[in-house]
Amino acid sequence: MNKKKVYPIYFVFGALIIYIILFVVPSVIGIGYSFTDWSAYSDKLAFVGLDNFKTVFSSDEDYMAIIINTLEFTFVTTILKNILGLILALLLTKSIKLLNLHRGIMFMPSVLSTLIIGMIFKSILNPADGLLNTFLRSIGLEVLAGKWLSTSELAFGSVMAVDIWRGTGYIMTILIAGILSISTTYYEAASIDGASGSQKFRYITFPLLLPTLATTTVLNIIYGLKVFDMIYALTNGGPGKTTTEVLYTAVFKKFGTGQYAVGTALSSVMFLFMVAIGVFMIKIMTKDEVVE
Amino acid sequence: MTQRIIKAIFRNLFAWCISIISLVPLLLILFNSFKTSLEASDMNLSLPDFPIQIMNYLTVIEEGKLLQSFINSCIYTVGSVLLCCIFSALAAYVLSRNRTRLTKLIYLFIVLGITMPVNYVALVKVMIFLNLNNTRLGIILLYTAMQIPFSVFLIYGFIAKIPVELDEAGIIDGCGPMRLFITIIFPLLKPAIATVVVLTFLNNWNEFVSPLYFLSSSTKWPMTLSVYNFFGMYFKDWNLVCADIIMTSIPVILIYLIGQKYIVSGMTAGAVKG
Repeated sequence: MNKKKVYPIYFVFGALIIYIILFVVPSVIGIGYSFTDWSAYSDKLAFVGLDNFKTVFSSDEDYMAIIINTLEFTFVTTILKNILGLILALLLTKSIKLLNLHRGIMFMPSVLSTLIIGMIFKSILNPADGLLNTFLRSIGLEVLAGKWLSTSELAFGSVMAVDIWRGTGYIMTILIAGILSISTTYYEAASIDGASGSQKFRYITFPLLLPTLATTTVLNIIYGLKVFDMIYALTNGGPGKTTTEVLYTAVFKKFGTGQYAVGTALSSVMFLFMVAIGVFMIKIMTKDEVVE
Repeated sequence: MTQRIIKAIFRNLFAWCISIISLVPLLLILFNSFKTSLEASDMNLSLPDFPIQIMNYLTVIEEGKLLQSFINSCIYTVGSVLLCCIFSALAAYVLSRNRTRLTKLIYLFIVLGITMPVNYVALVKVMIFLNLNNTRLGIILLYTAMQIPFSVFLIYGFIAKIPVELDEAGIIDGCGPMRLFITIIFPLLKPAIATVVVLTFLNNWNEFVSPLYFLSSSTKWPMTLSVYNFFGMYFKDWNLVCADIIMTSIPVILIYLIGQKYIVSGMTAGAVKG
């Protein structure tokens, strides 16, 4: 069988062309543009070398704070979502009444638009009459009722908490699939040997779940670095200048003010970073793939 | 024995607590969408008084021009889901069946897009150059481009499980490459295609960033953009905002309820090696 004839390469062209033109080309020319003074104010482009990157990494500007915010957001939400997701996955693989209902409900926040979740929580976290503070007051914990989104001490934590609320069900679902794929014979053998529940977790479940945890970690990192909608709706980077500002909200602001060169330089920094993560992720996802 | 029962009770209680925490924000929106503006002003969890305000929904449809943005969202989502399925299936099929050094490289190149961020600022330049800025076609193609990497990844893995002998039989019976794909392979891809359809639908219906950058005229806005805009204009009338949120979310929740098994299998693909 002539493979070239039966599987013509032009079948690939449609996907490849759309992908290259609208996805790869912007990233590549974006790197090119980050060496220019591209802006909304002049039609001429001048080569400025590394100036934009110097601006991005200089200590006089806020960009480093923004990059650190993005990394912090990614780090904290990834860890907490994994831990909480694992606890819930362990819980929801035990015998519980209405198991599928619980799984379905907990996963639901992950299918809603992140923008809408931002809007909903803007109401819930409202300091005066938001649901959270009303609830805290009604159970006598008035002291804990805070200005969740409008003080610089609380805002970043609140934003991360909302994201953890949103994303834990998704991680849980993946981990449940991981736990269910572990052969029951291991547990049976361990029971015969008299292993306790925690020993079974430590020596069977956890080690066999590590590849799945690696994937959920990578998925979380990808999401965290790109986060935009939710923060845009919740705080739009505020209060103050950079409290909850992350890369994508900063890029959008630069776009709004016409400072395209700095915007694209920020995007390019992120691009290089994520391609590195991507290569790592592909290694995880394509390893031991069946090839006939 | 009693200890086991206590454990079971505790487990069930804990599960209910988490489920309630997951559900309360959604119930809050649902309840308040049926209240009057005054009742909804402090956004609490009390049930709406009778008669419930179904008029809220009609007001929002009229004031928020929801019909137009609903149609827009449908056009963008359906258009990109179709294009994405066709192109991804074709590409994944050839890349998976004919594995040479070149096709493997192309596959990795496409799959790398799962992690890559979009450079929206530079993309504006490309969109303007192609006359796609502020056009419906532009948004459809953009959504397609963004979903292709993951769709190719999903279908590629699935095609490896379809026996090559079927292709051989088809060739012996005189199928051309296109006919072979359409009549033999594509029908067998149904589960993978269903997953792609459901996931692309969800992602594209919820997409907010691309329209924000590339659609300046409000008549072309999808529902996410108009709900946000509505939120800005009517922030004092939470009942209306809630009704708008509910209507924007209904398609997504419906698809979730119908296609739950496909969502889970798609989202866990690659994550779990059985």
